[in-house]
Amino acid sequence: MSAGLWNYMFEGLLVTLQLTIFGAILGLVFAFAAGLARLSGNKLLRGMGFAYTEAFRGLSALVVLFWLIFVLPTVFGVQLAPLFAGVLALSLNIGAYGAEVVRGAVRAVPQGQIEAAIALNFTPWQRMRKVILPQAVVAMIPSFSNNLIELLKATALVSVVFLSDLTFGAQLVRASTGNTAGTFGLLLVAYGLIALVFTTLMRLLERRAAASLGRTVPPGMIARIFRRTEASA
Amino acid sequence: MTEPSAAAAGSPGEKATTDDGFIVFDQISKRFGKNVVLDDLSFSVGSGERVTLIGPSGSGKTTILRMLMTLTKPDSGTIRVGEDYLYHEERNGELVKAGEQHVRKVRGRITMVFQQYNLFPNMRVLRNVTEAPVHVLGRSQDEAEERAKELLDMVGLGDKLRAYPSQLSGGQQQRVAIARALAMDPDILLLDEVTSALDPELAAEVLDVLRDIAKSSDITMLCVTHAMKFARDVSHRVLMFDQGKIIEAAPPAEIFDDPKQERTRTFLESVLDET
Repeated sequence: MSAGLWNYMFEGLLVTLQLTIFGAILGLVFAFAAGLARLSGNKLLRGMGFAYTEAFRGLSALVVLFWLIFVLPTVFGVQLAPLFAGVLALSLNIGAYGAEVVRGAVRAVPQGQIEAAIALNFTPWQRMRKVILPQAVVAMIPSFSNNLIELLKATALVSVVFLSDLTFGAQLVRASTGNTAGTFGLLLVAYGLIALVFTTLMRLLERRAAASLGRTVPPGMIARIFRRTEASA
Repeated sequence: MTEPSAAAAGSPGEKATTDDGFIVFDQISKRFGKNVVLDDLSFSVGSGERVTLIGPSGSGKTTILRMLMTLTKPDSGTIRVGEDYLYHEERNGELVKAGEQHVRKVRGRITMVFQQYNLFPNMRVLRNVTEAPVHVLGRSQDEAEERAKELLDMVGLGDKLRAYPSQLSGGQQQRVAIARALAMDPDILLLDEVTSALDPELAAEVLDVLRDIAKSSDITMLCVTHAMKFARDVSHRVLMFDQGKIIEAAPPAEIFDDPKQERTRTFLESVLDET
């Protein structure tokens, strides 16, 4: 493969990383907004949170992307930058899943914690910020880790609307070299490696979060297997 | 307002308190579904008085504490603390439902220690005790820490300031919870079965701490407990609950040694058998 073709892949990789990282950040905003809205005492907020979650969980991210890229400009005269459209479509989708994670984790904080916060006369907002969320966030991280990998894989959808991500780059390389198995094999490994990096980072985050509750996360399976052999030896 | 019947029982302890109607429950009722937990209950507690609530489970004792802490709303009736109603405020001479601000003002005089400790796992011991004084009472960080250290020393945990709750035993956690409650300088301390989740030995640690507090302070205490010896030692008055009503109210010596009601007698026998 020539240096120019490598470049396609490399630039595509950067686009894929941008889509994943910005998509995750914006998705997190949607997830918290909708997840907390669904727990609100306000009916309207609850309804909006519910409508968003149900709608975007059921919608294909690709169809949303078609709308943002092709329908918005022609019907509403709004032209989004392609990368932004990609980030928006992906984050709307992943945010809907994340909202359920947020809602579940907040509801899983024991009632006794809220009661203790009331007994200390914290305001409702202080209860949320100082007591509930710090505990709930720890419980969210493993699920968010899954969501992040889902998001990474979903970024490949943007190649359909000619955003030059990793998959798009690979298609160019394949078209010009004719080496289908080699190029797509490389693509396979590339996504796998990125996913591995993300899960490792999330795992570190999980450990740090657990430490913030004075807990330790048991070492991973491989570490445990080795420890067991040591112990039995 | 009707004269609460149970208050007439008087309350001589080692330190005599008069029932000045500091806390007044007036015609309080509460049902959960079909189950009537409290039935038109009226009673009052004097300031500085220590009252123990006893009775079989489901007789409404814990509900009383939870109502004072605003964790469970009464269906009807009023609760007054000092000059203020807890769930109502007076507007143009009429009692209306209290707003959040009013509730917080009255609630600020009260705090509670729970059966399950309920320490905040995301905060170290010291911060568990300083967080509310700083952010609710508006104390400075230094002032709050100094007071927290005093209180943690008092409960015997001056060396655990940097520990997380998950690193402490149940008895230690409960003592931190007591320090956390006292750090709010409450007028009223509610103790809801604070030793029920503990082994006897750890329970004894906690009860010793509470005995000291009872002796050295004039905090009004309402206590739900099955630790009868503790109840006898610290309370001015014991209220016996059964089926949502107070069936007997008397100083501990009287109620434990010479209960007037047959129901009280059988209840005490069953509890003493257990321990």
